[in-house]
Amino acid sequence: MAPVRFYQVGSFAVGNRLVDRSERTVQSDAGRSNSLTSGHRACQGCGEALGARYALDAAMRATGGRLVAVNATGCLEVFSTPYPETSWQIAWLHSLFANAPAVATGVAAALRVKGRSDIRVVSQAGDGGAVDIGFGCLSGMFERNDDVLFICYDNEAYMNTGVQRSGATPPAARTATTEAVGPHPGNVFGQGKNLPEIAMAHRIPYVATATVADLHDLEDKVSRAMAVHGSRYLHILVPCPLGWGSASSDTVRVARLATQTGLFPVFEAERGRVVRVTPIRRLAPVEDYLRIQGRFRHLFDPEGAVAQPGVVAALQSMADATIARYGLLAGAEAEPRQGTGTGTEAAS
Amino acid sequence: MKELPFAITLEVGSSLANRTGSWRVERPVYVDRLPPCNDACPAGENIQQWLYLAEDGSYEAAWRRIMAENPLPAVMGRACFHPCETACNRAQVDEAVGINELERFLGDRALAEGWAVAAPEPASGSRVLVVGSGPGGLSAAYHLRLLGHDVVVAESSPEPGGMMRYGIPTYRLPRHIVHGEIRRIQALGVTIECGRRVDDLDAAMEDGHFDAAFLAIGAQRSKHIDIPAGDSARMVSALDLLHRAQEPDRPSIGRRVVVYGGGDTAMDAARTARRLGAADAVVVYRRTRDRMPAHEEELRDAVEEGVRLKWLSTIVGDEDGSLTIERMALDDHGFPQPTGEFETLEADALVLAVGQAADLTLVRSLPEIAVHGEVIEVGPDMMTARPGVFAGGDVVAGARTLTDAVGHGKKAARAIDAWLRGEAPASGARHALAGFDRLNTWYYADAPQAQRPRLDAARRASTFDEVVAGLDESTALFEARRCLSCGNCFQCDNCFGVCPDNAVLKVEEGHGYSFDYDFCKGCGLCVQECPCGAIEMVPEEI
Amino acid sequence: MALCRPEVICAYPISPQTHIIEALSEFVKRGALAPCEFVNAESEFAAMSVAIGASAAGARAFTATASQGLLFMMEAVYNASGLGFPVVMTLANRAVGAPINIWNDHSDAMAARDAGWVQLFAQSVQEAADLHLQAFRLAEELSGPVMVCMDGFVLTHATERVDLPSQQAVDAFLPPYEPRQVLDPDAPYSIGAMVGPEAFEEVRYLAHARQLAAVERIAEIGSEFAEAFGRDSGGLVHSYRSADAEVVVVAMGSVLGTIKEVVDAQRAGGARIGALGVTSFRPFPLDAVRQALGGARRVVVLEKSVSVGFGGVLSTDVALALNGLAVPVSTVVAGLGGRPITESALRSVLEAAQGGRLEKLTFLDLKHELVARELERMAARRRSGPSAENMLRDLGIVGAGG
Repeated sequence: MAPVRFYQVGSFAVGNRLVDRSERTVQSDAGRSNSLTSGHRACQGCGEALGARYALDAAMRATGGRLVAVNATGCLEVFSTPYPETSWQIAWLHSLFANAPAVATGVAAALRVKGRSDIRVVSQAGDGGAVDIGFGCLSGMFERNDDVLFICYDNEAYMNTGVQRSGATPPAARTATTEAVGPHPGNVFGQGKNLPEIAMAHRIPYVATATVADLHDLEDKVSRAMAVHGSRYLHILVPCPLGWGSASSDTVRVARLATQTGLFPVFEAERGRVVRVTPIRRLAPVEDYLRIQGRFRHLFDPEGAVAQPGVVAALQSMADATIARYGLLAGAEAEPRQGTGTGTEAAS
Repeated sequence: MKELPFAITLEVGSSLANRTGSWRVERPVYVDRLPPCNDACPAGENIQQWLYLAEDGSYEAAWRRIMAENPLPAVMGRACFHPCETACNRAQVDEAVGINELERFLGDRALAEGWAVAAPEPASGSRVLVVGSGPGGLSAAYHLRLLGHDVVVAESSPEPGGMMRYGIPTYRLPRHIVHGEIRRIQALGVTIECGRRVDDLDAAMEDGHFDAAFLAIGAQRSKHIDIPAGDSARMVSALDLLHRAQEPDRPSIGRRVVVYGGGDTAMDAARTARRLGAADAVVVYRRTRDRMPAHEEELRDAVEEGVRLKWLSTIVGDEDGSLTIERMALDDHGFPQPTGEFETLEADALVLAVGQAADLTLVRSLPEIAVHGEVIEVGPDMMTARPGVFAGGDVVAGARTLTDAVGHGKKAARAIDAWLRGEAPASGARHALAGFDRLNTWYYADAPQAQRPRLDAARRASTFDEVVAGLDESTALFEARRCLSCGNCFQCDNCFGVCPDNAVLKVEEGHGYSFDYDFCKGCGLCVQECPCGAIEMVPEEI
Repeated sequence: MALCRPEVICAYPISPQTHIIEALSEFVKRGALAPCEFVNAESEFAAMSVAIGASAAGARAFTATASQGLLFMMEAVYNASGLGFPVVMTLANRAVGAPINIWNDHSDAMAARDAGWVQLFAQSVQEAADLHLQAFRLAEELSGPVMVCMDGFVLTHATERVDLPSQQAVDAFLPPYEPRQVLDPDAPYSIGAMVGPEAFEEVRYLAHARQLAAVERIAEIGSEFAEAFGRDSGGLVHSYRSADAEVVVVAMGSVLGTIKEVVDAQRAGGARIGALGVTSFRPFPLDAVRQALGGARRVVVLEKSVSVGFGGVLSTDVALALNGLAVPVSTVVAGLGGRPITESALRSVLEAAQGGRLEKLTFLDLKHELVARELERMAARRRSGPSAENMLRDLGIVGAGG
């Protein structure tokens, strides 16, 4: 019998009883490390809590548990470690908002000196701690090629302080400092700050983007990142029900739509060059993405008709440009992902 | 342990003291919903479940799951018109799961491997007479036997099988398949007495000391219509033709054959005529194609084999081998009305396929059993007005298909069993339907239906060999895995993975999940991301 | 510094700290300090953060900075002490702008006064070297950071004969770093929790208690050092000819050299004068200072910083140490932005002090005429314009046009 490379849910679902355990996600394993355990104070349906557990459990698996983590100030830090309780089950250090990359550099340097090269370092921050206030330290870490995987959990605004705009906030989005008022409601249209591309400009060994909507892809990227040394950057889109005004049950769905509209490209780059993209599987118009988020509600009238056609069209153009730039539709037909672990090639 | 700095440094995992479940206003619960395939199956098969078993290659277990409801998988895998596939939610994604061909795959494998059902000793002491060995009768006999009763099947024909044996052409249903599955029922201890026609039920029951009877006498009598000046020598009923085509010396039928009717039997008759040497087989039907009762596949196969169709036509005369056809037009209600336009059609033979009726001689001796039109009236438990006498299959009202008959047989068997024990028949509550809107189809891998190899159309006119081949194991596995498992957990681990609060626990690897309500905040992500809609949110009582 | 076996050195260059890190980077590059990593940080904020990380992972971490650099890293400075990491930092004392000024005073150190660090001031190059040994010992015993302050240029760029002890002797004095808490996958903790009102005061109190405990340890480690190396370096305070002095000058850092010369000269003239060098500014050794100054009739605090709008900084602490004693304390602000503190200026101030003529607050060698004119102008016009430019114009350095 020819081996059947088709597994009902293939590699889209978390687990799959039909495939070998080794081909299932780390998250499907009842013995996963649960780096971030229950009892944390994240909001219902928090994408960042989900993304952090996904990424760190994968890193724990990839390193055989030889992992330490540095965390910037932000939601993740606040909801996980309010005295007297911590939700972390790994060695974890929080110093400041802006310095997580540099602290990680210090940890990595110390481990090297101590001859503990078996222990790997992950540093993590929200988009504020990475794109904005921590950017200087992050760039320095990249430039020195320090042996750290830096993970940015991007929820596109300062959620911890009550949803203020960050450098990663998309155009037209309502935040507490870009209210949906005036002739141009929501955040301004600009070039934005594309941190993955800025990271690539440092020619570091590995840069990748991922979302909480594609676990296999995310875990693959973490393990690939942990397979190399030097500075690595992983940018994970983590929807925030509170800040985005989306239903708590829609966290994964809205992340999926971010990728399927082309607004958020999912790709990998090595030494500054894009080497793989995750193709769009079911192309969706940006409207589908915008409609389910309160932060874009002002683009529609109460009956649901488009109230700001120019803005929606501009956002669609952004998505189209991103699709073209990364070639997100090319190959989507040719290589449907149906087996397991076939979304991307194996790391070389 | 080292002395840690106060407050700044904390022991890992200490947040487990914080029971975030108290935030919850709605709680997720696991549910089993009724998959549309199961809902649509006249035989009441638990299709989703046997597909689940087949998905990982547990073919025997899958077959046994079918056998719990239906003793004829190899037959049904060929002859059933699979309403399950019509209902299948996957049809809205790409194409329906090939349930029917999988059933055939399992049925064939069971025959090849000699898988058998364990025969219990007759424990009840009750004896049941089944009249008719068609699918309904055999189904009833099988289930009654498994329920511990002693069963005798009386069959008037020389061989058992009813329509399976005499009504369905061999190119659709090879005889060895029918025999194989009937033999397996016999091996359970069911006695089939062929050539025994029952005309007096009371006498038969008394003679045989039967406690109950199931009448599954079918609808074996072709209806006739009068055609002016018709030459009865050239007219033949479709059932008769199909029956005779089974005989070792097949009848010759002429070069030009006209079949009158629009059902599956008409298609079978036309296709059989082609195989018996008719160069031209024309189906004449008074309405249009979309109003034709024949199943789409039957029609398609007939057309592939060169059968011609004449829509909106009635036969109004027959003279010297020339049929007079009147063109019809549909009125506003969709009924055909004569137009006064005529044409002629040359025919060496005219096959009438205008419907079948039951031979109700048997029940005429039982005055309390009501007959409405051409069918026996039964209650919801399949029992006639005569206590202990049940009826099912084509002889009662409802769809006249093999699968419905199998369903009737099972239902009647359970009702008979209950009746014999003096109990009311169990009525299982049905789960809510797992509609398409309950699914999150994103997770299913893209995969169109596997195509079964088919016999080349050009060869078909000369052979009664089976047209459609079975699946090989790899295509069967592929097809089984296309199942969306609507409304029933299939262990995909999504809920376990997507919970931001780690509040989903694995009961035991591969055996489902439970919610840890101490920590579940009620976000609903598990419900949203469950591919098959097997979780729902219910309000907390606050 | 190098003898202390630092394991991670991280720095961002700033005058006048550069000589220190240049030399260390060369040592590391040569392998002389192996195993040791030198990290070129992209800012002082990053440098201190690297040190925090290194210390958290169990390495002996060192950095050095000055002035603006200290202020730029200030958030991390507080963080290091808050988290209890024994980072040692050399502060090459320098003025804080604006106006930008690279020269020596103590404004930078005073800005970090309440950051929770131990702050030790070196009088000489030798003492600076000796204090680093003691700083690591102290930091690691206390699990808290220590700042060794040495006057920019005056000490950092001075060439002095320094007696460097043997590595063996240093190793005996300074055992390997045994962290109180360390990032370790085998014994994981969460370090750096968020602490609310329910415990924050206690955390702060404990930090204070730790500093108070340090007072004792600083003295003891100083004694141990003296015993091991035969040099009286470190400790809390150093008295100079103050036992019978009526006037005692209190100061920190290299200026004490000049002060001692003036004291010697005045003693030769019969004046009963002495000096008190404060080595440990934080924790401030109230008892030791009170003991050293309690017999004086008058105390002059000469300090290289000013708390703008108030006056002296060290003076406030000294005055508190003398609380309840009838010893008047005068503040002399001197040497700001690198202005030379001359023996003659010192002499005149001390003579005034002996004569009871020294005001509560004096700015040494202040150009009174210049500031008077500027004050006049400020009074005349509500918006004065840039005062620095005006002063330079008065001095004829900038043209009067425009």
